[in-house]
Amino acid sequence: MIETDLLIIGAGPCGLFTVFEAGLLKMRCHLIDSLPTPGGQLTEIYPKKPIYDIPGFPVVNAGELVDNLMKQIEVFKPAFTLGETAQTIDEAEGKFIVTTNKGTQHQAPVVLIAGGLGVFEPRKPPIENLEQFEDKGVEYIIRDPELYRDKKVVISGGGDSALDWTIYLMENKIVKNLVLVHRRTSFRGHLDSVQKVMDMAQAGKIELITESEVTGINAGPHGQVASVVINHATHGNITKETDHFIPLFGLTPSLGPIADWGLELEKGAVKVNTFDYSTNRPGIYAVGDINTYPGKLKLILCGFHEGTLAVQSAFARIHPNKKNVLKYTTVNGVNGF
Amino acid sequence: MKDTIKVTIIDREETHHTLDAPTDMNLNMMELCKMYELPVEGTCGGMALCASCQVYLESDTSLPEQSEAELTMLDQAFHVKDNSRLGCQIRITEAMDGIVLRLAPR
Repeated sequence: MIETDLLIIGAGPCGLFTVFEAGLLKMRCHLIDSLPTPGGQLTEIYPKKPIYDIPGFPVVNAGELVDNLMKQIEVFKPAFTLGETAQTIDEAEGKFIVTTNKGTQHQAPVVLIAGGLGVFEPRKPPIENLEQFEDKGVEYIIRDPELYRDKKVVISGGGDSALDWTIYLMENKIVKNLVLVHRRTSFRGHLDSVQKVMDMAQAGKIELITESEVTGINAGPHGQVASVVINHATHGNITKETDHFIPLFGLTPSLGPIADWGLELEKGAVKVNTFDYSTNRPGIYAVGDINTYPGKLKLILCGFHEGTLAVQSAFARIHPNKKNVLKYTTVNGVNGF
Repeated sequence: MKDTIKVTIIDREETHHTLDAPTDMNLNMMELCKMYELPVEGTCGGMALCASCQVYLESDTSLPEQSEAELTMLDQAFHVKDNSRLGCQIRITEAMDGIVLRLAPR
């Protein structure tokens, strides 16, 4: 069990800067993030994009800002659980226990959600009953290619991930046969991948069905995927027998498991009290893009402010008998752990 | 110079909203919809990365060509048609007066 003072869900800019403000109050932090590296959207989506509204920086690249934040909080020795999604929260004896999707447990008296856009999850095509086939032949991410050994597989999608997996599964002679379904006639992936897939289709190694979408799934006797319905833009429907259907349409952010944490939500965001950015559950705070309140602006600089106020309240919660006085870093410097 | 134009958004319940859209605020169609509190999420903030602002162009308004980023995103989105566009990639200009856009399904 990992124990800390302040458990921060989300290692984006707001989560990272909150470590600094908590550190000034001598509170230790541990951060959980579903992505494998800190930085959130800044690292994952736009590391090379310039940001112009960070006070004191006329311009700073998103990736550079993350590097600087990491440097700034280093002195407070934050710890990380990366590549794992905070899944469930339990409360016992005045402490929260947060467990990730991989079973890692964290205990802290205060939880601060700095979840940004939420968790990046696979984009699911609008197919009726799709979810009933999850783990029964429908997978949105290929985790273990061996699962498809000698199986019939239908992949849909036209991006790099659909192309790369098609090539991988065929070149390594893993699957029995493979059908690639794509909505358009051309692909937008890397040119050499596109060429490889076209060559494979030409040689009859894979079946390439373009101008088509998978629109239905039929179940076998045990409820597993037995076949898919493929709709062609002009020729109508065909049915293909298959063991697996793998839609690969990239990732999209969603609120994720915290939607079930008993927090008051509004338009997909966590409602907070602007006095201290606390949620309706005492001891749980929310800062940055994931929260909402009257006048909310989704700006990094506002998230920094929110985290700063939230840790003041967290301090009072953790140390009910201690008085806290604002100290300036200019006067006192930064004393790390 | 017109400083506002008319933009019609047809929502998912077939309601037509004719909006006054300022041309001098560097707005895009996603932002315009949010400004009028129409049900458009714009999750990624306008970087052509989520397709939650997908619209269908229903008037014969001529729009600037789509960027590579927009086409790549639409390639991964659903309910895409020939007239699909990302609202966040349509910067509002005077030439778009009278444009009609329909919100794509969620």
